[in-house]
Amino acid sequence: MMYVLAIFLPLLASLVAGLFGRTLGDRGAQIVTCGAVGTSALLSIPIFLTVAMEGHAVTITLLSWIQSGTVDVSWALKFDTLTAVMMIVVTWVSFMVHVYSVGYMSHDPSIPRFMSYLSLFTFAMLMLVTSDNLVQLFFGWEGVGVASYLLIGFWYEKPSACSAAIKAFLVNRVGDFGFALGIFGAYFLFDTVSFDVIFAVAPEKAAATVVFFGHEWHAITIVCLLLFVGAMGKSAQLGLHTWLPDAMEGPTPVSALIHAATMVTAGVFMVARMSPLFEYSATALMVVTVVGAATAFFAATVGCVQNDIKRVIAYSTCSQLGYMFFAIGVSAYQAAIFHLMTHAFFKALLFLGAGSVIHAMSDEQDIRRMGGIWRHVKVTWALMWIGSLALAGIPFFAGYYSKDVILEAAWAAGSPVGQMAYWLGIAAAFMTAFYSWRLLILVFHGKPRADERVMAHVHESPAVMIVPLLVLATGAVFAGWVGYELFVGHEQLHFWAGAIKNLPEHPALENVHHVPGWVALAPTVVAVSGITLAFIFYLVAPVLPGLLAKTFNGVYRFLLNKWYFDELYDVLFVRPAFRLGRGLWKGGDGALIDGVGPDGVAAATRVIAARVARAQSGYLYHYAFAMLIGVAAFVTWYMFNAR
Amino acid sequence: MTDWPLLTITTFLPLVGALFILTIRHDKAEVVARNARNVALLTSLATFVVSLAVYGAFDPKIADFQLKETVAWFPGTTIAYTMGVDGISVWFVLLSTFLTPICILSSVGAVESRVKEYMVAFLVLETMMVGMFAALDLVLFYVFFEGVLIPMFIIIGVWGGQRRVYAAFKLFLYTLAGSVLMLVAMLAMYIEAHTTDIPTLMGHSFPQAMQVWLWLAFFASFAVKVPMWPVHTWLPDAHVEAPTAGSVILAGVLLKMGAYGFIRFSIPMFPEASVTFTPLIYTLSIVAVVYTSLVALVQEDMKKLIAYSSIAHMGFVTIGIFSMTTQGVEGALFQMLSHGVVSGALFLCVGVVYDRMHTREITRYGGLVERMPKYAVVFMLMTMASVGLPGTSGFVGEFLVLLGAFQVNTWVSAFAATGMVLGAAYMLLLYRRVVFGRMVREDLKTIVDMSPRELAVFAPLIVVVIWMGIYPPTFLDPMHASVAKLIDNYGLARAAADALTLAAR
Repeated sequence: MMYVLAIFLPLLASLVAGLFGRTLGDRGAQIVTCGAVGTSALLSIPIFLTVAMEGHAVTITLLSWIQSGTVDVSWALKFDTLTAVMMIVVTWVSFMVHVYSVGYMSHDPSIPRFMSYLSLFTFAMLMLVTSDNLVQLFFGWEGVGVASYLLIGFWYEKPSACSAAIKAFLVNRVGDFGFALGIFGAYFLFDTVSFDVIFAVAPEKAAATVVFFGHEWHAITIVCLLLFVGAMGKSAQLGLHTWLPDAMEGPTPVSALIHAATMVTAGVFMVARMSPLFEYSATALMVVTVVGAATAFFAATVGCVQNDIKRVIAYSTCSQLGYMFFAIGVSAYQAAIFHLMTHAFFKALLFLGAGSVIHAMSDEQDIRRMGGIWRHVKVTWALMWIGSLALAGIPFFAGYYSKDVILEAAWAAGSPVGQMAYWLGIAAAFMTAFYSWRLLILVFHGKPRADERVMAHVHESPAVMIVPLLVLATGAVFAGWVGYELFVGHEQLHFWAGAIKNLPEHPALENVHHVPGWVALAPTVVAVSGITLAFIFYLVAPVLPGLLAKTFNGVYRFLLNKWYFDELYDVLFVRPAFRLGRGLWKGGDGALIDGVGPDGVAAATRVIAARVARAQSGYLYHYAFAMLIGVAAFVTWYMFNAR
Repeated sequence: MTDWPLLTITTFLPLVGALFILTIRHDKAEVVARNARNVALLTSLATFVVSLAVYGAFDPKIADFQLKETVAWFPGTTIAYTMGVDGISVWFVLLSTFLTPICILSSVGAVESRVKEYMVAFLVLETMMVGMFAALDLVLFYVFFEGVLIPMFIIIGVWGGQRRVYAAFKLFLYTLAGSVLMLVAMLAMYIEAHTTDIPTLMGHSFPQAMQVWLWLAFFASFAVKVPMWPVHTWLPDAHVEAPTAGSVILAGVLLKMGAYGFIRFSIPMFPEASVTFTPLIYTLSIVAVVYTSLVALVQEDMKKLIAYSSIAHMGFVTIGIFSMTTQGVEGALFQMLSHGVVSGALFLCVGVVYDRMHTREITRYGGLVERMPKYAVVFMLMTMASVGLPGTSGFVGEFLVLLGAFQVNTWVSAFAATGMVLGAAYMLLLYRRVVFGRMVREDLKTIVDMSPRELAVFAPLIVVVIWMGIYPPTFLDPMHASVAKLIDNYGLARAAADALTLAAR
């Protein structure tokens, strides 16, 4: 009962707030949704204790869903350690964001709608993490996608927000295309979509090959790769990442909840969930490593030059998701989930902090027009520092534990791609520290660059916004230290209790404890140097960045324009699709099919009829002449055939 | 209770109502209109109730035809009035009786001229549709199949838009051209098998060479009805010109006739030819999905856009049917039901704003959410159902079809799955351009939200869409037995044919 309640309360609240928002009023909608999600958050603690700490994993089957032939899918809630961890993260971050939104959105005219969407998202996300089969996972997957679409486009009168919403949905659909094919492939291979059965049978199918797309493939590899395409879409990995920065068009609490802490990590969760399958495909794991490492590096480079406060953090999210993926690629799933958890806290903190800054700066988002406001917003300032310290991986903050273990695992994997991931990760760690402090300095320190009117208004946010930040900050400080032993340390086997599978051939996580000292030290060293560089660039010698940008103008423009991905896709896909559509419509349907088909036949009929009609002239001699010709023809024909 | 000729009652009750309406006479046109509307609505509701009784009397465990009624028709021949339903057709009977009252209710306010005749046309149409799905005799089927065209032709031609005559003729001639070939094929079948009884014909094995021609002749008729690419161009025109309720029936039921024909005739009667032509069906369906989705992307007329999306969705259906897997066929059937409800609802959504603004051009709208929040919610739900969001009816069908197709041919499944992306693109774009954005046009600023009557029109559709999405077993379970039989027989026929060709070598 407790389990079911924890999942469905947010849905209930969402419906109530959405449908009866006008009767309830703003305050009522806020109370209902915050209350429901808060209850879920509280319930997630006993669930975590029973399921993860005491090891009582349960599955609750609710209702039959899709049955057709051998396909048998049910609505079911599966609770194991992986789910329990995700539940804690999702419900608590969501609860904090709900509370924060009460303050942040207080001037918005459609508060019930906003709260309803947020709760709907929470429900879909919970369905996603508690699924016991691939199809229900897909339900949650698409559900969070819709919630994200609705929330990005929340301010529907802004054209940019509408475009961003559609873009997010469509890019995710491209990923879902792969995901869906992955589900079909899994069913093809295992004759089921249920996790437990797939995982049990997977070892037997380890060597199976299938003919897909006219080619013989290693079966598990192809399924894993298809599923990973889905994960790439949702988790904004290189190639399918373009929607995430644009998604910042949504209200800031949304960015914190969906586009930093929870939804974008769904891909990581899914691959970790499928670890018993991915373990049997060295190729798929290699691809995951390469894509993850490349994303971590790419997004960090772009993050260094962006000027919108939210976009900097968005690229940072993208980059951190890359870390999680290459951790998975080297079979350190536990480390990936660990980083997922710590990241959820400090990234949500950073986003909400950024929201607090934007709030204070009268909706200004460009960091070039901020600066020197730390005296006015001391609490926000301190909390942003904590978030950044955690993000950069400075010792004893949350990010330090999780990021270090990922990098060490990459190194310890002993494979060439692992090595590559390690070095790209180190480079990204350097840039992470650099852009975090670039942001901090440009926003809070130095001389104010905003105009006086804005500066006069700079004020600290109300308590309803600050308290959630404090809670998240607590997580950002302690989550790593508390979780280390459980998630990736000596107790990990006992803690995960089979929710994640590691083959003995992939000992990266075991080897983490035996890496050379410099490997473990390097991330901290580069982080500190990154911070130092940021101080030099933006506080000590502020002329340097401009000089650098001028000297390497090509590189700068390339980074500023996000490696020209959007422009490329526009030329490659978007415009041709419209051009093709127009061509097929006017040319194909209009000219060709209708022209030759119905309209053509109709016109031909008319022409022929007109000609035939002309023969009926009414003159007797015309008819007599025609008759004569006919008779002559007949006679001739008869004479020739008579012989 | 089961002794009653339930199917006959369901079929002809609307006709009785139509006759009754014809007797309405009064000096005042409004009185006639009001009475005609009420009678039509009551009749169609009563028909729906009777069809529920059909469903109640239906035993889902039996794969064969049930509730059979036979009356000799042409003495000296086997041609008889035979009715009956199986787990496949019973759903289409219900779909027809479910949509008709909704159509009639939605026409209040939209149709003001010749209301009496309009209502008569709709009730006749209902009789024809239900009769077609329940007919178990070739000749009877043909009569109903062609009969459907007449009221539809009139509805478009009389109550349609500006180019209504062009559209009506296009619809009629297109479909008639196909049907004539089917009639020839039916005659050939009668000569070969000496019966017009559909269940008997299903057991008859036609010579292989003959199957090919018969299959092609039936295909000519059904492909136009589905419609499959490239014989689809009548549909956008017909939809654009038809009154809202006409579009609903057209998309909701008439498009299902072709696919139903494939399941009822082509596959069970000509299994070997079906095998031969499966690649053709796959190709045309994939072209339909990709081609029409791209075309839908650039449409400027709301109805045309949804019409093109219908073609794409029906492409999924034909793929599912010819995959001949349990999931594929059941998915196709489910997709047909879902599409019937969802596209019907989408056309009604267009109708709601058309009634207010009298234009279907997308650019004339924008920012409707500001003044029409209820409308925005309903439209959003139906948009999501159309793009196949899990939890709505659209997902289950699409998922099962693609899953079934994947087991047979991965390429087909992969190409068809691109429809998932493209479908989302044009629907979301439509929604954005109509509902989202800033309301800039002056004439929109006084637009009013949906009335209680309009909400009542949508309420049953919303319930069904979500029901089908959350708990599809209600709809899938009764299909299992009949679909299993279809696939078994198909497998047997194929095996027999294979054995024959082996022996011939």
